[in-house]
Amino acid sequence: MSIQSCVEVRNEWDIVSARQLGRNMAKELGFGTVDQARITTAISELARNIYLYAGHGKVCIEAVEEMGKKGLKIIATDKGPGIRDIRKVMEDGYTTSGGLGAGLPGVKRLMDEFSIDSSVNVGTEIIATKWIR
Amino acid sequence: MRNMINDISSNKRDVIAQKWKNELSTLKNLCISSKITPDMFEQLNEEFLDMMIRYINQNDIEKDQTLHRFFDKVLQLNMPLKFLTQGLQTFRRVILDVLLQEDVKKEKAIDIYQHVDRLIDPLLNEVVEESSLFWEKTVSAQKTALMELSAPVIPVLENITVMPLIGTIDTERAKLIMENLLDGVIKNRSLVVLIDITGVPVVDTMVAHHIIQAADAVRLLGATCILVGIRPEIAQTIISLGIDLSYFPTKSTLLKGIEHALEITNQQLLKK
Repeated sequence: MSIQSCVEVRNEWDIVSARQLGRNMAKELGFGTVDQARITTAISELARNIYLYAGHGKVCIEAVEEMGKKGLKIIATDKGPGIRDIRKVMEDGYTTSGGLGAGLPGVKRLMDEFSIDSSVNVGTEIIATKWIR
Repeated sequence: MRNMINDISSNKRDVIAQKWKNELSTLKNLCISSKITPDMFEQLNEEFLDMMIRYINQNDIEKDQTLHRFFDKVLQLNMPLKFLTQGLQTFRRVILDVLLQEDVKKEKAIDIYQHVDRLIDPLLNEVVEESSLFWEKTVSAQKTALMELSAPVIPVLENITVMPLIGTIDTERAKLIMENLLDGVIKNRSLVVLIDITGVPVVDTMVAHHIIQAADAVRLLGATCILVGIRPEIAQTIISLGIDLSYFPTKSTLLKGIEHALEITNQQLLKK
């Protein structure tokens, strides 16, 4: 059994509550300050993507355990426009909103595991996990 | 109809008061959360009941704003809205109970219901409206206060200014930061501006992007921007995100930043 808490993302303030939730959970699980910052930043990026591109979605945080390892899983889902070319958004510097284009590749580097599933006009689901070392 | 309600509310005041108090005793734990003592709660309740009975008897205090003032007072005391809404609903129930205790015909009963509804409903509306207005005012006052705090520019030494940032940066605030920063550079004739992000909990790509843009704009004005207050964990996440902050100098603390700023402006602090 795993505990899961979710935050609906509709406006900028929901991004703050999503990462607050992530930070608290990471602290409880025993992550160090650096990893806490990594997790919070990753949640911030994913939640902001939802807010910017889909307008409405959900960020869920889950405590996971696998083969004696403990970790934290972020699941970000939305029913937005989807991503046309996943390979391209994973490239550094690619942006459609005038930002830095470091968001998704950055999240991949911040976390240990990363998977992205998206289809155009259906939505996007991103799952990222960080393990306690 | 009026007369009947008048009679009952004045004759059976004790019965009404007793019933009302019984029903409202469940609300007592409300005063634990707000700063109301049980005595004060009793007193408020008493006042509330008195006023309600006066209201349905003469309906005259509507004009002289007594009820209005009472609602206002309760809200100012930070009592939950529930105290008022539940109080009014309970009052309606109690009055109907008392009125319908005597055997009345069906038509008459419907009449009574409608009459009491017409008396209580406007009050409920007023209470809800008043409290939402009260909260709107509070929120807008806090928003203004937050705005004033959000991006201060402080001249510390000749040609050197500091902008300390504390808390979450959203799009609106980022705009304000940019404006204040550029205004501050011109107004204080700064050559160096230090942006201190010690109090910013998360630096993600958006925050970094805004800082880079602000620093770029400052450079266009001919001044230098130094980013200070970078905590070790923030440094690591910035690297992981792959954000390039090499266009402008960065320092770990405000003190180091000021030392660097003094160097740039050819100044020195001397001990006496």
